Amino acid sequence: MNILYDYIYYAGAFGLIFIGIFTMMVKRNYIKVIIGLSILETGVNLFLISVGYISNGTAPIFSNPGIEAKNMVDPVPQALVLTAIVIGLAVLSLALSMAIRLYKHFGTLDLQQIKEQRW
Amino acid sequence: MRKCIGIILLIIIAWGILTSLQTMPFGVSRAKVANHYINNGKDETGAANIVTSVVINYRAFDTLGEVTVLFLSAIGLGAVLATIKTREKRDTEKASLILSTGCRFLFPPIILFGAYIFIHGHLTPGGGFQGGAIIASAFLLMYLGCHGEKRLNDRCSTFSESLGGLAFVIIGLIGLAVGTHYFLNNFMPLGKFNTLLSAGVIPIIYIAIGFKVGAELSKIIDLLMEES
Repeated sequence: MNILYDYIYYAGAFGLIFIGIFTMMVKRNYIKVIIGLSILETGVNLFLISVGYISNGTAPIFSNPGIEAKNMVDPVPQALVLTAIVIGLAVLSLALSMAIRLYKHFGTLDLQQIKEQRW
Repeated sequence: MRKCIGIILLIIIAWGILTSLQTMPFGVSRAKVANHYINNGKDETGAANIVTSVVINYRAFDTLGEVTVLFLSAIGLGAVLATIKTREKRDTEKASLILSTGCRFLFPPIILFGAYIFIHGHLTPGGGFQGGAIIASAFLLMYLGCHGEKRLNDRCSTFSESLGGLAFVIIGLIGLAVGTHYFLNNFMPLGKFNTLLSAGVIPIIYIAIGFKVGAELSKIIDLLMEES
């Protein structure tokens, strides 16, 4: 149990990542595939943030004069995740527009029934 | 069958991750570059929020690429949805007076809050992307609450989007010409630490990003709502 207590953030992040990958591989509905992509992305963001965490750390903002630099968490993963969230939003909106096109063209969102999408 | 393949694949991936994570201690030390940013970022960039100084100053070129990706996605969305010819008409019911008045009442404070978030990006946890998302949420509220009554002004959103992108690139090019001669150089005076007018070009670039992101996300919402 001690290992789980130490690595609880990693466990949660990879749990989300595995749920996302599994949803993307197994589900047939295109909307569910997009939901899986979104969950996967959340897991990756959580993992990146938890890599930069320091025990009992504070946010890297010098808002008060008394805040010391030695307790701050790593700012670089946070900046990367800020980028990743925006990119994820862009990918999500593009995927949803593809879903609209697919439904207008084939009349269904089931990937098994769309001949060009079968695997 | 698909589920079996999926579970086997996930077990293989999990085993690989487990073996590599065992060498990585959790919550102990920072990387070398992070120590540099935290110890010297205050003096080098003048921004109280170190994440902002990383996003806009140390890695500003990266942020320019990110803004470009968002722009490309908005363009791609427009290109994918523009060729749909038949628009089915649906029966819609007009929103009640309380709902539409409440949305109209809430719209200006939400826009103001978004502007506050991106203007104070170098002092508080916030910035151009977050503020832009809040502004887009105000437009989403208008689309949901007052359905079909008000639309996004197309020319206005295109104008603010182009203005934001141009301001970002032009400030970067001025930094190339002045001072230590690199792209997106922080050439303006840093000012007094932890006040609104500090940190050189960082607030200006964040305001430009806020305009750009707000206009782009509102446009994405507009395109998606138009089709549905």
